[in-house]
Amino acid sequence: MPSHDVLLVGGGGAGLRAAIAVSEVDPNLSVAVVSKVYPMRSHTVSAEGGSAAVIKEGDSLDEHAYDTISGGDWMCDQDAVELFVNEAPGEMLQLEHWGCPWSREPDGRVAVRPFGGMKKERTWFAADKTGFHMLHALFQTSLKYRSIARYDEWFVTRLLVEDGRVQGVVAIELMTGKIQAITAKSVILCTGGCGKVFPFTTNANIKNGDGMALAYRAGVPLKDMEFVQYHPTGLPFTGILITEASRAEGGFLLNKDGYRYLQDYDLGTPQPKPVLRSMELGPRDRLSQAFMKELDKGRTLEGPYGPYVHLDLTHLGKKIIDTKLPFVRELCLKYENIDPVSELIPVRPVVHYMMGGVHTDIQGATPLGGLFAAGEAACVSINGANRLGSNSLTELLVFGARAGQAAAEHALQDKPVSAGIEAQAADEKKRLEREFLHKSGGTEPIAGLRGEMQSIMEKSAGIYRTGTLLEEAQAKVAELKERFRQVAIQDHSHTFNTELTAALELSYMLDVAEAVVECALHRTESRGAHQRIDFPQRDDEGFLAHSLVSHRPDDRPKVEYLPVTITRWPPGERVYGRAAAPAPPG
Amino acid sequence: MAETITIEVARYRPEEEGEPALQSYEVPLNKDWVVLDALNHIKDHVDGSLSFRWSCRMGVCGSCGMTVNGEPKLTCATFLSHYAPGPIRVEPLKNFPVVRDLVIEMTDFLEKLQSVKPWIVRKDDPAPAKGEFLQTPEQLDEFKQFSMCINCMICYAACPVYGLDPQFVGPAAIALAQRYNLDSRDQGEQERLDVLSQHEGIWGCTFVGECTEVCPKNVDPAGAIQQYKLAATKDWFKSFLMPWSKQ
Amino acid sequence: MKPPVAYRQYHPKWHRTRVSTFWWSRKWSYLKFMLRELSSVFVAFYVVILLLQLHALRGGPDAYQGFQDWLRNPLLVILNGISFLFVLFHAVTWFNLTPKAMAVRLRGKRLPDVLVAAPNYVAWLAVSALVVFLLTRQG
Ligand SMILES: Cc1cc2nc3c(=O)[nH]c(=O)nc-3n(C[C@H](O)[C@H](O)[C@H](O)COP(=O)(O)OP(=O)(O)OC[C@H]3O[C@@H](n4cnc5c(N)ncnc54)[C@H](O)[C@@H]3O)c2cc1C
Ligand code: SF4
Ligand code: FES
Repeated sequence: MPSHDVLLVGGGGAGLRAAIAVSEVDPNLSVAVVSKVYPMRSHTVSAEGGSAAVIKEGDSLDEHAYDTISGGDWMCDQDAVELFVNEAPGEMLQLEHWGCPWSREPDGRVAVRPFGGMKKERTWFAADKTGFHMLHALFQTSLKYRSIARYDEWFVTRLLVEDGRVQGVVAIELMTGKIQAITAKSVILCTGGCGKVFPFTTNANIKNGDGMALAYRAGVPLKDMEFVQYHPTGLPFTGILITEASRAEGGFLLNKDGYRYLQDYDLGTPQPKPVLRSMELGPRDRLSQAFMKELDKGRTLEGPYGPYVHLDLTHLGKKIIDTKLPFVRELCLKYENIDPVSELIPVRPVVHYMMGGVHTDIQGATPLGGLFAAGEAACVSINGANRLGSNSLTELLVFGARAGQAAAEHALQDKPVSAGIEAQAADEKKRLEREFLHKSGGTEPIAGLRGEMQSIMEKSAGIYRTGTLLEEAQAKVAELKERFRQVAIQDHSHTFNTELTAALELSYMLDVAEAVVECALHRTESRGAHQRIDFPQRDDEGFLAHSLVSHRPDDRPKVEYLPVTITRWPPGERVYGRAAAPAPPG
Repeated sequence: MAETITIEVARYRPEEEGEPALQSYEVPLNKDWVVLDALNHIKDHVDGSLSFRWSCRMGVCGSCGMTVNGEPKLTCATFLSHYAPGPIRVEPLKNFPVVRDLVIEMTDFLEKLQSVKPWIVRKDDPAPAKGEFLQTPEQLDEFKQFSMCINCMICYAACPVYGLDPQFVGPAAIALAQRYNLDSRDQGEQERLDVLSQHEGIWGCTFVGECTEVCPKNVDPAGAIQQYKLAATKDWFKSFLMPWSKQ
Repeated sequence: MKPPVAYRQYHPKWHRTRVSTFWWSRKWSYLKFMLRELSSVFVAFYVVILLLQLHALRGGPDAYQGFQDWLRNPLLVILNGISFLFVLFHAVTWFNLTPKAMAVRLRGKRLPDVLVAAPNYVAWLAVSALVVFLLTRQG
């Protein structure tokens, strides 16, 4: 059994940052990065727009905190946010020292751009491939550290828990099919989000909520799972993201009459140049909701892949587009055969980000001993009911590093591996063989179950929700979980069996879907990205609290509430595009 | 019934067969579909045992490189309609060992990448808290192109030198070494030169230029190799003519 | 089906495709690569000729005359012709390669490749013109 001090599940931005943090605490600690894809393939690679941290004169940490908190509709834990905005600049500078090719001002200083929901310009960017450059800089830097061992293309199927603490994982080496326990004193889940629970998403094939489900099954609660972010501008059919940076550079959203419709939804008055925290630079939840209302009014366009509106960049000119948004142009030309320099881009809201995740404290520690989580898989929570664009990449760094340090400290306590671990690993191997590898006669095709799950989630847990629809989804997901027992597996090979991984991913997604629906059903108010038609008001009396959902083997999941931590910003109205934005307290 | 197109996929299951063989499938010829969508259609609805790598479906993660009608391509950026009326042949990338179906083995590249020290090397080590290293947009431009590599291995599949001599460090790893050499924040050029000059393979490259031709991200690895050769030659002359100049 | 003999559990046999003998005929760029490899033979041949020429020069006017007569042998003329073509090919390759090896910048902008390669050709033309001038003047 290979054994390490700290084991990371996931080699995306959060995982790699954590791995380096462990090595920097103590180079003698052995670190394992276990990832189901090569680390540089992780989905952080797709992030386009940028990463926020206060760096310029005239900006302040308090303003970043206030934007984040009001953007999150007061669901953010304010102690976590304060710490986040505080440590963000340091982390971003650290990444600059590690070679990330940030876009620059003529004088050589780092450049920043405006972003949705942010009152000041503070979003660092590397053209419009920010996540790509951050991930490759982190990955290439991680190659420098001898203490980091990589398990590339190992797929984790289970957490090994004994004596009330996590002691490792079981994983399949995809190349050979070997099922192997890897033990560790601390484990950090950095498995990213779960967009694939929905049919139409910017998320990659690998984003199936694996880590959330692994924790959930091990009895760790998931937090705020009802808050699913729709990004207002995805390309129809592919769901490829057209970054918010395109609006930050001055793009307009137009309905079928060429009208900047956001002005009708309390988001400000149209101006020729972008105005911060206004119109197209409002928060994502409000923009996606405005689209749905336009749809109701019959003012959207209709295409082969459903309704859409237009994103207009033509007035920016070729030069701005080519220097600030080259990837947007490349994607539009390639996938839509449209040149944004002279044509309108069809866009529609698309599932993008999971605000919720594994419940952690501000050190990244979960309630289970030795288990930590960071990145999109975790919920710390700084994103509240709606994440602001460009806060997530920064979160990977700040909380990746923190979780790494905390996990390292924990590993230094040096507890021995319990005797029962080997037996548990053997059990897991038997389970995988019994339920998948050696099974024949299954009747439920993976793609069929997955499709049914995705469509019920879109229908009932989308931008607008109702109790009736959520109840329908609750029953449906339970039915799908039952039917999953009969899943059909044609591929019994040990060598790179992607049908096996697809089945396991589906089982993770079903758990995540269950958690999302359960939390959404229990939250009878509307806040941020969670909009209940039957409960349209925000209810601070009843629900200024995080949902914690726990798995129960033979029962419905249990939902409890944990009060939101408020430090300096009492709940207020979210104001965009109007003058009345209350100044943050000094 | 909508139009369809035939797609011939290389299958290799080491537990069942000793040699790869082509298998044909009919898939809908949807004008919005890329080759990868067709493979997913097969996997989801026809034959669940077909194995291939993919993730982002937007040409940035580098997972989905395969040989399409003889040419190395990112299959998520290669449209079916381009090959109509077909047939389309999809095989694993050339020059790599095949693990299964369309999946190749590429740990060789990761070792080579690590060997060229693709990270910022500094003699001094100023604390980040002191502020960023200044770098003008022009200085950024010097290396930007080489930093766009998504490690998709398409250039390796097109490189005859790598095919003949797997010791060759290869286009992408050299481009990434050069990416750091040209970065104004880096001070490690000499270290990388020392590493690279130990690799004989590089002189085997006589400017075929295919790597640059096929690269989906316009990285121009061929340019990087030539730049490196020039640097290595200068370095050699320097140490030959003025041995005292090098410590 | 019985597993092939080569398969052992958890140790899949990787399939390695052999490079076909005629791989270089698939593409013009590959063919050029092979031609450059092949050219070494002719370049070596030319070096031998050059050495022989020096040797003849040392042997006095008669020996040199003999060497020149020998050069008129049609076979040698053909071989020399081929070598010339290969050297030409190499020259063009290297000329075109200059912009790749040296990214020349002017006021922050990278010069287009043609502009960097062009001086090579200009210099080449100039030197050729000079040689022609010298030769015709003598004759
Ligand atoms: C298109 C797009 C654009 C975005 N743009 C921005 C932006 O501009 N600004 C911003 O701040 N945020 C942006 N985001 C959000 C942000 O990119 C993500 O939230 C963030 O990258 C997630 O990083 P991560 O490290 O948590 O996970 P990921 O990068 O998704 O990595 C997950 C890792 O976990 C591994 N893993 C998962 N399951 C298993 C398993 N079972 N076994 C082993 N390993 C496993 C994977 O292999 C992978 O290495 C964007 C997101 C998308 C989708
Ligand atoms: S240089 Fe181009 S072809 Fe080669 S791996 Fe990088 S992106 Fe792919
Ligand atoms: S799937 Fe990511 S590059 Fe093609």
